[in-house]
Amino acid sequence: MSTPSLDKSSSPEPREPRPASGPAGSPSGGGVEPMVRAESVHKSFGAAHILKGIDLQVAPREVCCLIGPSGSGKSTFLRCINHLEQINAGRLWVDGVLIGYRQHGDKLYELRDREVAATRRDIGMVFQRFNLFPHMTALENVMEGPVQVKRESRAAARERAGALLERVGLADKAGSYPSQLSGGQQQRVAIARALAMEPKLMLFDEPTSALDPELVGDVLDVMRGLAEDGMTMIVVTHEMGFAREVGDSLVFMDDGVVVESGRPREVLADPQHERTRAFLSKVL
Amino acid sequence: MSETSAGRAPEDAAGPAAPAGPPGAPAATLPYEAIRAIPVRHYGRWAAAVVVVALLGALAYGFSQGKIIWNTVGTKLFDHTVVTGVWHTVLISVCAMAMGLVLGVLFAVMRLSKNPVTGAVAWAYIWFFRGTPVYVQLLMWFNLSLIFQTINLMPFYKNDTVAVMTPFVAALLGLGLNEGAYMAEIVRAGIQSVDPGQTEAAHALGMTGAKTMRRIVLPQAMRVIIPPTGNEFINMLKTSSLVSVVQYSELLRATSDIGISSNAIMEMYFVASVWYLVLTSVFSVGQFYLERRFARGSQRSLPQTPWQKVRTNLTTLRRPKVAR
Repeated sequence: MSTPSLDKSSSPEPREPRPASGPAGSPSGGGVEPMVRAESVHKSFGAAHILKGIDLQVAPREVCCLIGPSGSGKSTFLRCINHLEQINAGRLWVDGVLIGYRQHGDKLYELRDREVAATRRDIGMVFQRFNLFPHMTALENVMEGPVQVKRESRAAARERAGALLERVGLADKAGSYPSQLSGGQQQRVAIARALAMEPKLMLFDEPTSALDPELVGDVLDVMRGLAEDGMTMIVVTHEMGFAREVGDSLVFMDDGVVVESGRPREVLADPQHERTRAFLSKVL
Repeated sequence: MSETSAGRAPEDAAGPAAPAGPPGAPAATLPYEAIRAIPVRHYGRWAAAVVVVALLGALAYGFSQGKIIWNTVGTKLFDHTVVTGVWHTVLISVCAMAMGLVLGVLFAVMRLSKNPVTGAVAWAYIWFFRGTPVYVQLLMWFNLSLIFQTINLMPFYKNDTVAVMTPFVAALLGLGLNEGAYMAEIVRAGIQSVDPGQTEAAHALGMTGAKTMRRIVLPQAMRVIIPPTGNEFINMLKTSSLVSVVQYSELLRATSDIGISSNAIMEMYFVASVWYLVLTSVFSVGQFYLERRFARGSQRSLPQTPWQKVRTNLTTLRRPKVAR
């Protein structure tokens, strides 16, 4: 977890990152089914058209970083992937399963509450504002999903939750309530809580944006470790260093569309579009 | 450094920044010398106290001159009928409150549900039971037999309305259903006070809507729900005096009956008031400590207990120690 691989792209040994597919990726073109596949996804809030046709593919084990100015729709897109927001047009698949709907012939059926909940089990999400359950200790937060959703026994869940807290470096905080933890600690508990469901995909919605600068590193270290273990991750972030070192692909969004995507080093070093260049010149 | 500090600039000596040595003289534990200043004199407080004492004296004199048989108040306070009335008041209040709580949670969840039918039912319930006086509702339950001679729940139960609608049942239905409407609004406010991010986090874990409500939202809503619920209960203790109208022999009815028969009407109202004050005081104290308990973890420092508050006030009435 600690050794920073300075040039990741030249030594892709531990993982096999699939090359980032372009904005116009053909559905399931290769042999491997992508973990996430979006086809011309649109989302409006009332009259506000937020997502204007997003096409994107994320391969298994890939770490995809979404960057872009605020209001560009990257968080909204992330929330569409686990159906916290319902899309208005297009299609979204996670691991080959259509999100939010069931297709019979050429008819789409909305999923019931219970069915939506079932699809969300395999998709972990980490929020900008942590959203830990304040009336539960760190350990209880991590146990809540396995016990309540997966019907795991409390003893087994407690054991696993303890191990997960240890993994994020917070074994000694198991009995603390969220209000007694720093922001960085809370976010690491939140990551452990999401991991407890053993997801096949992790969504990170600006996980370090609400943290004091000196606490960001701990959270990023945990995420780096996850990436090295082969977790498929989509990360909305402003941490360009993280995107460069850990990301397999970088997607720049602006005004509801994917402007540019590719290998992080290449996009960050040599952006092809004027808008990307303008954005990067401000944040780098 | 501690010896040379006398020759230094005063702000340096008083400043809390001095890290190394304790600057000598006053309190050995404090790393600074406290400011000596004459405190503000609060003449207004003394003037107000004099006025209040004078008014209280006048009031006491007035009552001592009234035609009040104080002896009756004392002897009837623990009269058997009165004590039974107190017990009935507590009983009907607790039962009606319990009913109100259950109905309140039920209708609040129904009202917030996406199902338009349950939402409309809850809205109509709250609209009717909050919109008509509880006094009228009590009378309607009590006189139900005027329009329905029998209560017939087809396969299960059948009986004469008069036999079913005892004073206790009429009082319970009247107070409980009314309370449910108010509690529904309190619970709804509590549910809505919970950060939507909590629901999102629970959904992201794969919880269904019902489970999210039960495991995540309601436990957090409790902190907001409890204080007004305590208020409602204390209100209920007093509102229960209305059920004397349906012949339920609670405190007010017990005392006023004695008052009429023994020609000590005001005296018996005093007895009732004393008991109401005792009941509300006891439950207020209970409410205070309940709230204090639920505030734990969410506030930096707990609110003072009344006793602590009295002690603080007493010490500030005296001159602050710092100024000596």
